[in-house]
Amino acid sequence: MTDRIIPKTYLVELDVNGKTCRAHVPARTTLVDFLRDELRLTGTHVGCEHGTCGACTVMQNGKPIRACLAFAVQLNGEKITTVEGLCKADGSLSILQDSFCATHAQQCGYCTPGMLISSQYLLNQNANPSDSEIREAISGNLCRCTGYQQIVDAVKLAAARMANEEQA
Amino acid sequence: MKSAAFEYARVGSLDEACELLAQYGDDAKVIAGGQSLVPMLAMRLLAPAWLIDVARLSILQQMTVTEDQGVIGAGVRQCVAESDPQLNQSIALLRKALRWVGHTATRTRGTIGGSLVHADPSAELPLVAAMLNAVFTAKSTRGLRRIEAGNFFTGPVMTALEPDECLVEVSFPLWRSGKTGSAFEEIATRHGDFAMVAVAAQVSVDPSGRCTRAALGIGGAGPVPHAFADLAGRLIGSRLEDGLLREVAQEAAGQLEPTNDLQASAAYRRHLAGVLAERALRSARQEAAV
Repeated sequence: MTDRIIPKTYLVELDVNGKTCRAHVPARTTLVDFLRDELRLTGTHVGCEHGTCGACTVMQNGKPIRACLAFAVQLNGEKITTVEGLCKADGSLSILQDSFCATHAQQCGYCTPGMLISSQYLLNQNANPSDSEIREAISGNLCRCTGYQQIVDAVKLAAARMANEEQA
Repeated sequence: MKSAAFEYARVGSLDEACELLAQYGDDAKVIAGGQSLVPMLAMRLLAPAWLIDVARLSILQQMTVTEDQGVIGAGVRQCVAESDPQLNQSIALLRKALRWVGHTATRTRGTIGGSLVHADPSAELPLVAAMLNAVFTAKSTRGLRRIEAGNFFTGPVMTALEPDECLVEVSFPLWRSGKTGSAFEEIATRHGDFAMVAVAAQVSVDPSGRCTRAALGIGGAGPVPHAFADLAGRLIGSRLEDGLLREVAQEAAGQLEPTNDLQASAAYRRHLAGVLAERALRSARQEAAV
């Protein structure tokens, strides 16, 4: 057995929402704890901490990942987008975020950051998703208020608004 | 829960990984995508002193398709394998199975090798490896070792890998003669959750419609994925008639020894296995006929 004394820390440097962030953390610090506790970006929520609920979903290089299933040290040098990074440059809500408000797609709000990341990734890949495509895209995100219908409505509304904006 | 404390080493080469594994043995775990390992750490089912990160080793990222085999590096991300046109064309079954592996967000980081070495009895990739007789290549300071799928999965979340071995690649035999069709069927509580039962089938037919090669496997209904080589062999030479497919599916289900759990009773699992096996064999036949 290797001696375990004081856990050593590792320098982690990430690009988070376009800003370079660094901190010294123990190896066991998950990405979600790094974001919340070190960077104080508390928009990303911690749910089950073992990859089931999807509340902590963020993007790594534009693709969704579970922030509780990656240690920050593994992601050194990577580009991370959190729910805070989805908003417009002036800090106002994105079309998708605003659509969540418009359709009452958040009840308690716990799952919302993960839902937003999963839905935004879907819209980035597919500008006009069907109901079943939306449901599959958020199948890895649990909503215990069971507000799925409004979330599907929100994603559809956002897709329509984005299409309108492109035409305008 | 949070993982217990560990030390972390990102290695620059496979040899370095093997040296660390030789040094620490059971006290070390290899991590690449971590999508199976990190939940085990979070639940403290495992508490290794060292994590050896092999995710960025380019030697583990290779995908090669030759005349008779498709070789996938252990570190290839599931999302990468899923969208690789060459792989999809040569091992179509793999893509069908990958659709069921976790969720989009876990396939971004999860690797082919990680899912295989985790060896969850209900996991999709071990099932495909077992039924297609894939060959695993592992490396240690003692050298390279090749292990056939039939000897690789030894029990629930247990494999033939020694504590000092690192999986390098897995090689799937390609079925190049005649027309080949495949199908993957699964029932889970929620798409992306652990399968109650999963079935994979693959058949080849000659121009006259006679079956020349067949494979059938069932996962989630025993300690390891079950490949039914003898039963599938009975299909060879036939025209894959409905009655025969049903008979083989039912016999396969009858050979299983599933267990009861919160999700499903043993009897329900056996029933599902028979239904899904028949469905998978029919879909594979249909695809081969096109």
